[in-house]
Amino acid sequence: MAEFFLEIFSEEIPARMQAEAAAELMRRMVAQLALLDPQDARVWYGPRRLAFAARIGSATAASDEDVRGPRVSAPGPALDGFLRKNAASRDDLVQEGEFYYLRRAIAPVTAAAVIGGAAFAASLAALPWPKSMRWGGSGAFSWVRPLRGVVCLLDGAVVPVVLGPVASGDQTEGHRFMAPGAFTVTSAAQWQADLQARYVIVDADERRRMIGEGLLAAAGEKGLSIVEDAGLLDEVTGLVEYPVVLIGAIEPSQMALPPEVRELSMKVNQRYFATRDAAGQPAPFFAFVANIAADDGGAAIIAGNERVLRARLADAEHFWNLDRQQALEDYLPRLQSVVFHAKLGTQLERAERIAGLAGRIAEALGADADHVQLAVQAGRLCKVDLVTGMVGEFPELQGIMGGYYADDPAVGAAISTHYQPKGPTDGVPEGEVACAVALADKIDTLREFFRIGETPTGSGDPYALRRAALGVIRIILENGLRVRLRALLENDAVFDFIIERLRVKLRGEGKRFDVLNAILAAADDDDLVRIAQRAEALERFIATETGDRLLQAYRRGANILRIEEAKDGPYQTEVIPDRFDGSNGAEAKLNERLNQIAQGFNVFAQENGFDFVLNELETLHAPVETFFNEVTVNAADPAVRRNRLRLLAKLRDVMHRVADFSKLEG
Amino acid sequence: MVHCENAFPYVKIHQHGFKHASMADTNDTPIASALSFQDIILTLHRFWARQGCVILQPYDMEMGAGTFHPATTLRALGGEPWRAAYVQPSRRPSDGRYGENPNRLQHYYQYQVIIKPSPADAQDLLLASYRAIGLDPKRHDFRFVEDDWESPTLGAWGLGWEIWCDGMEVGQFTYFQQVGGIAVDLPSFEMTYGLERLAMYVQGVENVYSLRFNDAPAGQGVTYGDVFLRAEREYSAHNFEFADTDMLIRHFGDAERECAALVGRGLALPAYDYCIKASHLFNLLDARRVISVAERASYIGRVRTLAKACAEAWVAGEAA
Repeated sequence: MAEFFLEIFSEEIPARMQAEAAAELMRRMVAQLALLDPQDARVWYGPRRLAFAARIGSATAASDEDVRGPRVSAPGPALDGFLRKNAASRDDLVQEGEFYYLRRAIAPVTAAAVIGGAAFAASLAALPWPKSMRWGGSGAFSWVRPLRGVVCLLDGAVVPVVLGPVASGDQTEGHRFMAPGAFTVTSAAQWQADLQARYVIVDADERRRMIGEGLLAAAGEKGLSIVEDAGLLDEVTGLVEYPVVLIGAIEPSQMALPPEVRELSMKVNQRYFATRDAAGQPAPFFAFVANIAADDGGAAIIAGNERVLRARLADAEHFWNLDRQQALEDYLPRLQSVVFHAKLGTQLERAERIAGLAGRIAEALGADADHVQLAVQAGRLCKVDLVTGMVGEFPELQGIMGGYYADDPAVGAAISTHYQPKGPTDGVPEGEVACAVALADKIDTLREFFRIGETPTGSGDPYALRRAALGVIRIILENGLRVRLRALLENDAVFDFIIERLRVKLRGEGKRFDVLNAILAAADDDDLVRIAQRAEALERFIATETGDRLLQAYRRGANILRIEEAKDGPYQTEVIPDRFDGSNGAEAKLNERLNQIAQGFNVFAQENGFDFVLNELETLHAPVETFFNEVTVNAADPAVRRNRLRLLAKLRDVMHRVADFSKLEG
Repeated sequence: MVHCENAFPYVKIHQHGFKHASMADTNDTPIASALSFQDIILTLHRFWARQGCVILQPYDMEMGAGTFHPATTLRALGGEPWRAAYVQPSRRPSDGRYGENPNRLQHYYQYQVIIKPSPADAQDLLLASYRAIGLDPKRHDFRFVEDDWESPTLGAWGLGWEIWCDGMEVGQFTYFQQVGGIAVDLPSFEMTYGLERLAMYVQGVENVYSLRFNDAPAGQGVTYGDVFLRAEREYSAHNFEFADTDMLIRHFGDAERECAALVGRGLALPAYDYCIKASHLFNLLDARRVISVAERASYIGRVRTLAKACAEAWVAGEAA
């Protein structure tokens, strides 16, 4: 085995692209080297370099290939032509079946030839980037940023490969500032070790670990904890070759800003980590990661970063103070000049719609008059912060700022949470006022975009309607809200859309596909909480022995019905007790049980009704089994036969009020 | 995925009359040993002159950024090598704050460098230029942070970075890929320094008006505020309150027509002047908030159409 090593050295690669590029490099290299049986393949990535190493065979294995020639029955000139074309003689031929075959040996290809081959270079050059560019001297070749060097070694010897304007060699560079200048690479291990000595940590996981530990240690020294942020940690890992964690102080007066404002500016603009004190409260310090161990211990770097943050936060303070010079209500008329969507009018019109809807939802949730009023007010004001200075500057703070700027705390809380949940890990609003406003916002969005035909397509959902629907579902389920959704929506297409998202969500949580189909195909239920409970209960029920036996009995009845209905047409469910066979009473008992259960279904609409219903169904399997054991459905007397089929139709009907058992599998 | 709310432009409101809290109580004294504002410019001139750049003077028209200077926009096109550096006053009418915000100006200076084709050592040159004005990369934390540059009005884009020094953006570095809707033949290296911000960092001041403009005996020095504070106040009032919008709309139409007419005669440079004019008139109208969201896109499209026509005329003239 030989060691293959490749390093692609370039100007700074955007952090967000590095990991995927490395994964793609791995796929391409392993594919190109497949015939050399690559072992221990590894990739490294960072701001200035992508690298790959593997142990590979010194050459591809020798092998044979059979080239099919003419048919044995073909005229002579055909065979002569084939032999001439392949520079072979008749002795080289073998006959298999109706054809001649020419067995040809494929000579081994050395590893250097594979790596130096055109296919290998082409595969590297075609490594995809989200955006790539040309530069002076690159000609038509493009890369994510200018390429500056390629190290390509087989057991330490350079294999010539040309990537755009760059030819491979054995030279690379260490840290841009701490260890400038080139050095010679001989192996992957030496490369990694020498780079470490030259202040480059090439392993991204190692850098991430160093940063994580550095953050903990630096914060710990001051008795602080770090607000964890995995996305930020990943990004910072891609911005440095040599991470040095430092702590800076926040101007005490700027701690009066809302923490969301401060921390957004810190994260988005500066890539700083926020800190908390021992009590879990925002602390007047930030942590950040420099790319250099400076000769003054980082004093100038810390001072500089503190100054930058002071200026950033001074800008935020400006808007914070200015925005609060007026009441939030006073900004409302300005929504008139903000277009929500060309076909959907202004934000003011939208606010009025949300206000009305929020009031109706609050009523449906059983809120008292005062709380309904609060929901209306919060609905009307929930978009107002879009015209404040702070949200103009930091659109991500929409909602949050309205929450701070509102006078009434309940209104403020409802505004600040009305965009939630913004993603799978985000929480949902709580309380009837906040839920009403958040639901109204999402329902209005769904209804309006459906109205103008802007519904999601297979891949495109530019207005995030799936997320809005999922938001509706999560708010309802996680708060256990009992609302008749169809009535609130007044739009069947939106209702169906939400039910479809509910199906996807419950499937994602591991609910059985067939159970969901059975529940959703049955009663026309629009209480999402109950639908979820029914799915849960049914899944439990059919896993029990009783449930399974009832399901088997149901299937037997449904099969008979299906066959007979194919001949006779659908059967009604009214049975005539006089036609029951009096000798064993099986029909009468089944019928009586079904009548009782149907009556019991009146509690169906109430709390926990479904468990009750399933308990009732549990009592059904015995009379059904007795029926099948003791009664012949297809009796000779047509009237008796018809009556028995009607009894089965009645059984099916009763059970389908719970769920469409025909959809269940297994 | 685009969040619904963010998909729509918000209306940015321009407010004034608010005294910035931290302005009064900051002891904002420039570091004595740091270069003055004008010495930073002179140093950059010397630095880039040594790299073979022609040192041009500012273009004599109002423009939003140094990129608009024909020495960058038009010279980035075609197959001729080109190296230039210059200071360009940049006007952003919407960014005016009546002289009351320590970080925002409606008129500021950009230092602009263009080298075509981009040299292999562009990053090193750039870092050396920072060293020349007193920012030592061994002591500060210099970073190249992804920044895709795009100018919708110029029909131009490029890839590059923001240059960060200790978390502060001290410049923009772009490899031009397209200008005036035309893919460039020879990609240029373009560097833009925001001079005020850079000088504030070098001098260690937190208010732009505290910048030391020149070096002079005690008591005779001039600050940035001495030179520009009154202008910021007056232009902010002009940009936001008093610019005659009917006249501006009229002038926009005139400039648009004149540009098209000159392009028709193959006079790329005079035509491009009117494109620059139209762009600035649009910026003024935008600051006066008389352009609706829908109109805004249309105005930008109209300027882009002019820029493309000028770029095509320029390339045609070079080839002739």
